[in-house]
Amino acid sequence: MSVDTKIAFDQEYIKAYSEKRQEPKWMAALRLKALEKSENLPMPKPDKTKIDKWNFTSFKHDVAGEAISSLDDLPEDVRDLVAKDQESGNLLVHRNSTPVFNQLSNELKEQGVIFTDIQTALQNHGDLVEKYFMKDVMKVDENRLTAVHAALLNSGTFLYVPRNVEVEVPIQALYWQEDPEAGLFNHVIIVAEDNSSVTYVENFLSYGHDVESVANIIAEVHVGQNARVTFGSVDNLAKGVTTYVNRRANVARDGKVDWALAQMNDGNTVSTNTTHLIGDGSYADSKTVTIGRGSQSQNFTNQIFHHGQNSEGVLLVHGVQKDSASAIFNGVTKIEHGAKKSNGEQTQRVLMMNEKARGDANPILLIDEDDVMAGHAASVGKVDPIQLYYLQSRGISRQEAERLIIHGFLAPVINELPIEGVRKRAVEVTEGKVN
Amino acid sequence: MAASTLKIENLHVSIEGKEIIKGLNLEINGGEIHAVMGPNGTGKSTLASAIMGHPKYKITEGSVFLDNEDVLEMEVDERAKAGLFLAMQYPSEVSGVTNADFLRSAINARREEGDEISLMKFIKKLDGKMAELDMGEEFAQRYLNEGFSGGEKKRNEILQLMMLEPKIAVLDEIDSGLDIDALKVVSKGVNAMRNENFGCLIITHYQRLLNYITPDKVHVMMQGRIVKSGGAELAQRLEAEGYDWIKEELGIKDETVGQEA
Repeated sequence: MSVDTKIAFDQEYIKAYSEKRQEPKWMAALRLKALEKSENLPMPKPDKTKIDKWNFTSFKHDVAGEAISSLDDLPEDVRDLVAKDQESGNLLVHRNSTPVFNQLSNELKEQGVIFTDIQTALQNHGDLVEKYFMKDVMKVDENRLTAVHAALLNSGTFLYVPRNVEVEVPIQALYWQEDPEAGLFNHVIIVAEDNSSVTYVENFLSYGHDVESVANIIAEVHVGQNARVTFGSVDNLAKGVTTYVNRRANVARDGKVDWALAQMNDGNTVSTNTTHLIGDGSYADSKTVTIGRGSQSQNFTNQIFHHGQNSEGVLLVHGVQKDSASAIFNGVTKIEHGAKKSNGEQTQRVLMMNEKARGDANPILLIDEDDVMAGHAASVGKVDPIQLYYLQSRGISRQEAERLIIHGFLAPVINELPIEGVRKRAVEVTEGKVN
Repeated sequence: MAASTLKIENLHVSIEGKEIIKGLNLEINGGEIHAVMGPNGTGKSTLASAIMGHPKYKITEGSVFLDNEDVLEMEVDERAKAGLFLAMQYPSEVSGVTNADFLRSAINARREEGDEISLMKFIKKLDGKMAELDMGEEFAQRYLNEGFSGGEKKRNEILQLMMLEPKIAVLDEIDSGLDIDALKVVSKGVNAMRNENFGCLIITHYQRLLNYITPDKVHVMMQGRIVKSGGAELAQRLEAEGYDWIKEELGIKDETVGQEA
């Protein structure tokens, strides 16, 4: 049986939805065109993972999120995600894709920083958003799901940092799917103009276990000349949620992007993290951790494309597979012709905790230039029984020993997550998945 | 705390179907330091691993009791909690887990929930023991054995011994790969443990270590059993004369496992 991947929304619905959100005309037109295209575009084809039986159509699109009067109205585990003390102050909270809380310090506002939900951004900064929305970084017509994303977009964040502005305090966005059936079509745009710097951290959170839904997430990051963006994420969507996520950056000359992604969804997930090092001397560092458990199937592609000379890219992926979970890890380093003196390194490590767990690491080096450096390391292995024995010989139980080994295995990435609270959260999520 | 006794009777141990230890008897009481010596390939390290419960070794016959508890019925962690400790010849490296976190987990594993060691008390104890072993402060925050030199790993084993304070410890070739200064430091650590409640079994090729830690009893292992026992003077004679006189005395041609007298 093949599952119908066509969505059940028509032109009238999209038109009305866009109107209701008071979007500029170009956005309404873009949505309608995307809807039309989605009917003929092929589904994405993640390497070695079959997604034809996955749910991409069963979800509720327009679910309201109840307003809150203060952060105290949030349930404790959502509130716990909010950065505290000196890291706090710049926060956007979505509830069922409805923005319910937005705060940006006056200091940053005065410097021209824009940090708002995508709906408000489309209303108030329509021209600016249009300049960046699925133009250079992502395209609407890459496949059926990117087109569906554009047509159904219902959530997201716009973060704009003007030239020479350095944002010292992290910017945080929480996407809390309270209704387990609520579909999430989340679009993040980050623009860091020349010589600026910013740290953005996002958390995705849902409950509901087996209730089916869909998350179709895109983040587009524009890193200007000599700008720096640090992008952190803790994905923690429930078992019933099928996730298709693209996080992509274009980096200009001497710009820098650091990705730190804790990909802890419990449902089937296809994730692509891509950096295009366009400018000379640009730099990307991409770190990913994940734990697969239960019977979930996941596909992770982490890739860095070198276009500029002297560009440097470092990929580090650590994945733990438990139970009968399976995952494919594709690490791609592509050095284009002309990207002289570039350096691309990648490391992918997969640790399997038992016999039924599956993990494959595919290092892919594509090099069209002679004068470069590139290296890769990939390993897939079972947990070392002698390591367990060593820890147990000190009185530590088998379960605790496995816990220590998993935490230790993921630490190189988790320790790099920006924002203390997010790091703590990643450790807690790991904890929840280990026991 | 009363002194404990580790009693090994008629122990037979195999690895991948091959019998390595063939009827070994040994009794170690709290307050005693025993040394098991012998050439390579006579089953010394197998004895250490079998006592601790290494997954590759199979006990085919015999018994090991710690006081009234049947050690062979216990999981590895239960053996440790009962009071056994093995300083390993080749300690594992565990990436991402700091020495300090690991030691705290190990100490707390021995304590009831709600009675965990306080952080202050733990740090104080750790700092003190590390100073005794001439270990730099950075060792607390380094990942467990990762990138440690051979000598650093051995020191780290002794640090664990001192932090966990077992009833009976087995030190498996703790002296191998140590220079003389490190050997002195390690010996100092073991001697600091010495009291009427602490029993220790030192496994070594060389008499060298026993210049610093004087054993109460010395045993010679050949062909997977103890073939001769004596006091500290036995070790000295072995150092001076080697093992040949014992082989001659017992009519052993090849002392390694798999050969019969």
